[in-house]
Amino acid sequence: MSPIFYLLAVLTLAGGLASVLLKHLVHCALAVTIAFAGLALLFLQLDAQFAGFAQILVYIGAVAILIVFAILLTRGSELPKGGVFSPTWLVGLVIAAGVFAVLGWAVLASVSAIPQSNIVPSVTVHDIGLALVGRYVLPLEIVALLLTAATIGAVIVAMHEKKERPQ
Amino acid sequence: MTTPLTGYLLVAALLFAIGLGGALVRRNAILVLIGIELMLNAANLNLIAFWRYGPHPEALTGMMFAIFSIAVAAAEAAVGLGLVIAIYRHTNTTELDKIDRMKG
Repeated sequence: MSPIFYLLAVLTLAGGLASVLLKHLVHCALAVTIAFAGLALLFLQLDAQFAGFAQILVYIGAVAILIVFAILLTRGSELPKGGVFSPTWLVGLVIAAGVFAVLGWAVLASVSAIPQSNIVPSVTVHDIGLALVGRYVLPLEIVALLLTAATIGAVIVAMHEKKERPQ
Repeated sequence: MTTPLTGYLLVAALLFAIGLGGALVRRNAILVLIGIELMLNAANLNLIAFWRYGPHPEALTGMMFAIFSIAVAAAEAAVGLGLVIAIYRHTNTTELDKIDRMKG
């Protein structure tokens, strides 16, 4: 385990934790951007250059901007009166801690079973492109259709409603 | 004792738990969406880590899963935030415990 991994893990987890705990929504959006950046760096650390840069482009470039737009369009920067956490926050916390306990136990209990071959993969963008138009061409087309439908749907859903005519 | 993969899996598990906690605990709909994004990202980290330390990285399976999952997450974010904006126009709030009717 390299020190860089620990640094990136702390950065990512701190960003994630801050994004769910901070009060102001704009701060949350900034914190989640840090978490996305930390994840992109973790992908690069795992020799997955293409996925890392796709993560930066899609998450930091598009999703974070979308979140900021949504916050500003819904006046989310104002603090709500009843606090930012729901009244049943303790239940949520217990469920999240339970899920983490189960996942952590599963990972630590299967240390001897998980693969640990250390072949450094030499995958170029050329290989990924060939795989995308070869073996994975059907998922690629479906994702293209899904993205088109989702974009049109999001625009239609968020479009201004027509004012009802006075009767 | 600990392999590098274990470290990545534990980070992903912790990030998933943080996202789940955020989605369950916060009152604002946008924060719930942020929690869901964190959970999706934790799953992506798992896929990439298994691809990297698996026996056949040249098969690209985990990498492709992660790339398609990123694309689906982008579509999900667009539709989710569009819905939040539409609901805000209708009810003037994004707090989930005040949005308890499906009828406008």
